Amino acid sequence: MIATVISIIFIIAGLIFFIGGAVGLIRFPDFYTRTHAAGKGDTLSSLLVILGFAIYQLKDFESFSHDWLTLLVILKMLGISLFILITSPTSTHALMDAGWEDGTKPEIHPNRPNHLNDDCEKF
Amino acid sequence: MDDPHGTSTRMASPTTKHNLYRGVVFGLLFLTWMIFSGLFDAFHLTLGLISCGIITWMSADLLFEDRTIPLGRRFKQGIGLGSYCLWLLWQILLSNLHLFRLAFSPKEALQPHIVRYETKLKTDFEKYLLANSITLTPGTVTIKIMGDTFYIHAISDFAAKGLDGEMERRIARIFAQQQLEKPVEAQTT
Repeated sequence: MIATVISIIFIIAGLIFFIGGAVGLIRFPDFYTRTHAAGKGDTLSSLLVILGFAIYQLKDFESFSHDWLTLLVILKMLGISLFILITSPTSTHALMDAGWEDGTKPEIHPNRPNHLNDDCEKF
Repeated sequence: MDDPHGTSTRMASPTTKHNLYRGVVFGLLFLTWMIFSGLFDAFHLTLGLISCGIITWMSADLLFEDRTIPLGRRFKQGIGLGSYCLWLLWQILLSNLHLFRLAFSPKEALQPHIVRYETKLKTDFEKYLLANSITLTPGTVTIKIMGDTFYIHAISDFAAKGLDGEMERRIARIFAQQQLEKPVEAQTT
């Protein structure tokens, strides 16, 4: 019962952050700020949802000798979340770097610096 | 987890390669096999032993590039990385709250700009860890790494203030404390 409630809280929190990421993806002005929304929102929300599933698996847990297959499922889910934690930021870099190399112009606030353009002089 | 000490330590101490590394790689592979197969009869365990053995034989030095570092030090680094990941999870939560607030605020709240960030970290793995951490903390994403310079896209002024080097100090602490112990170990061996 407690495990079910905690898992529901985790999954709903994950869904709320997914909504935040989606709204940011639509509303932010240019490619780079949108990648912020996609890269960050997805990392935490997928982690929360998968952890919620893992906690939900614990609801019928009685003893180690009886339910060790459940433990294997939970370990698999933890492996998936670790994989997401490593790959999601890396793919965000790859996207942003490709965007810059391809000549996508970032929308910079008028009074703020763009040091990358100072050093590379792309635009 | 490759080569956290760089080539300098390798030149300073041309010690033998620790053969236990193969054992560690084999253990990690076999643990993964058991978790993902979930079958513990003799046939499937033998299959796992054979395939893990072949993979260890062919590519043991892919996972740990510098095999002259003693395993005890690697173990301490692993524990340091674990506690760092817990701190990082907290930062990810803050980052998403920040993003959530920005997503529902007017467009004037954004001041996107790109800043330089000089790092003192040397090895590739440390730089990779720092770049990933910067991406996961509030409002900043690493665009490019050129040598020791990171180019970071900050989505607002608040986000740019977060780049005060605390993360870099934490990463340096994980890998630096082992270098202090190094002369002691060199004397005993």
